[in-house]
Amino acid sequence: MIVDVIQGLVDAISVGSLYALTALGIGLIFGVMRLINFAHSELIMLTGYTLLLFASEPAAVAILGGLVVAVAVALITERIAFRPLRGADPTTLLVASFAVSFLIQKTMALTVGSKTKGVDFLPSLGEQIVVAGIRLQLLKMVTIIVTVVLLVALSWFLRRTRYGREMRAAAENFRMAQLLGVRSDRVISIAFAISGVLAAVVGFLFVSQSGFLEPRMGLQLVAIAFVGTVIGGLGSLVGAAIGGFIVGAATVLLQLVLPYGLREFREVFVYLLVIFILLVRPQGLIPSAGLRQRV
Amino acid sequence: MTSSAAMRMLRSIWPLLSLALVVTGIALVASVAPITVQRRVAEAFVTLVAVVGLYIFVGNSGILSFGNVSFMAIGAYVSAILTMRPAAKAMFLPGLPELIKQAQWVPIPAALAGGVVAAVLAFLVGVPLMRLSGIAASIATFALLSITRIGIGNWNSVTGGQNSLMGFPIYTDIWTGLAWALVAMAAAFIYQETRSGLVLRASREDEIAAHAAGSHIYRHRLIAFVIGAFFSAIGGVLLGHYLGVVRIDTFYLDLTFNIVAILVIGGSGSLAGAVFGTIAIATMTELLRQAEVGFQIGTLHIAAPAGLADVIVALGMLLIILLRPRGITNGREVAWPFRP
Repeated sequence: MIVDVIQGLVDAISVGSLYALTALGIGLIFGVMRLINFAHSELIMLTGYTLLLFASEPAAVAILGGLVVAVAVALITERIAFRPLRGADPTTLLVASFAVSFLIQKTMALTVGSKTKGVDFLPSLGEQIVVAGIRLQLLKMVTIIVTVVLLVALSWFLRRTRYGREMRAAAENFRMAQLLGVRSDRVISIAFAISGVLAAVVGFLFVSQSGFLEPRMGLQLVAIAFVGTVIGGLGSLVGAAIGGFIVGAATVLLQLVLPYGLREFREVFVYLLVIFILLVRPQGLIPSAGLRQRV
Repeated sequence: MTSSAAMRMLRSIWPLLSLALVVTGIALVASVAPITVQRRVAEAFVTLVAVVGLYIFVGNSGILSFGNVSFMAIGAYVSAILTMRPAAKAMFLPGLPELIKQAQWVPIPAALAGGVVAAVLAFLVGVPLMRLSGIAASIATFALLSITRIGIGNWNSVTGGQNSLMGFPIYTDIWTGLAWALVAMAAAFIYQETRSGLVLRASREDEIAAHAAGSHIYRHRLIAFVIGAFFSAIGGVLLGHYLGVVRIDTFYLDLTFNIVAILVIGGSGSLAGAVFGTIAIATMTELLRQAEVGFQIGTLHIAAPAGLADVIVALGMLLIILLRPRGITNGREVAWPFRP
């Protein structure tokens, strides 16, 4: 009994971690340029296909490849599609990212086909380990550890380094940060590069877990992470991470506690929870001070 | 005197009238064309109804909605279930209430029922959702799309779950498509000329100023959301009775993307944008479809790769956003062609 509870919690925490990382990548970009980046899902998807490309190479090479591809595509989309739109209203940016996302996705469907492909990335992570008499999947532990490490590293970067401080300043008030000498191109490029890294890591973990690839695979993750960023409070990084975590963990916990017959509907309950939270706290759980509209 | 009054009248409805003439003209030309062309034009009219449904909310409020395809799905399912043969329902959809299981409605009441069910649901979800500001509202409509997909996709005894619904009449042709397109366009035009529509358009330009001027933006957003949902649902109804098959996979992100792309390319700020966007994309899709089939030069068979149309629509949408952000029509209605 207690074993089931702990296994369930580990499941919930690892899935929550994955969504927290996804939501963080989206929240970071939203913070600096008020863009809800649909194309984040394609970074995850492209990472997956890169792993397939390097399937016969050592895992380290595949990981490096995935990171390079995700970061490069993140920077390219920023340069081509989002930089010219800087300062446009959030809805225009949202539509643009929707277009970029579909452009990448459909181009992949055109070139590699839309059929599902299998990929066996780091199969050793699928093994079970026994901790204090409880069997746990290694991958879930790795997911949790990687997430914690990345969160610590990111918060160190944002608090202790110059570029991190610039990024926080830009998220708080972009115009003021610019006036005080923050170079907007650089800050935004760094944010996109970091979101690329986060997307690549999510790609590694997700593909290793699911073992399949298809051009639209990223959307499912990002759709849930989106609502996570919204309930966490758009513009707040802590909020994004917490919101993503809650939504991800909630899907797993609902799977466990819902009676049979309602389980297929678990995501409906998650989304209803989202709507409920928005109803009670329209600005999200952790509202961002910088987001309030000034007159 | 009366003639100048008539002139003024004509002038004031010209933005609608001109579009109605264009659309009717297309239908008339198509009616003498081969049957395959007729099918394509009917399909374009179905799309037009759905795009106008989206436009009524998005165009006036300035809030992007991912949720209108949910209403399309609801409309399609309601109408399909109501018009299905009772024998088929008893077999495939055992969970339906007895009253609905026995029913076999004729097309128009079933279509209206689809629209009304969607409009009522839109009201119920709109009450909380329309309180949200721009971007959060967009994401919440995204949640709505997911809820509908999961809900319909798993409610096996009532919707058939992941299976397709069949056994209902295939009645959507150019004339039904045209009729509903004209109704939807007229409704959209009338709404945007009402006080509610004007207030909402003001809030689209400057939400804070509209608030300061004493407008109840929330109420008008909700009104537009409900009307838009009704016509989106009608679009879904027509799509179902065009394809002859209703399945939940039809009503997800690809359709959402297509309809949003059409509105953005045409120009989301005007009804003319919805109409010309649909015409442009339908024409282009059809040409590319021909190219994908390919053609023969001697022994050489040349064909564009399948899926090229999707890529081009996405690219076109991105280019429009970057180069002409207010769309082909630049957010304007069709201008009065005579002086003054």
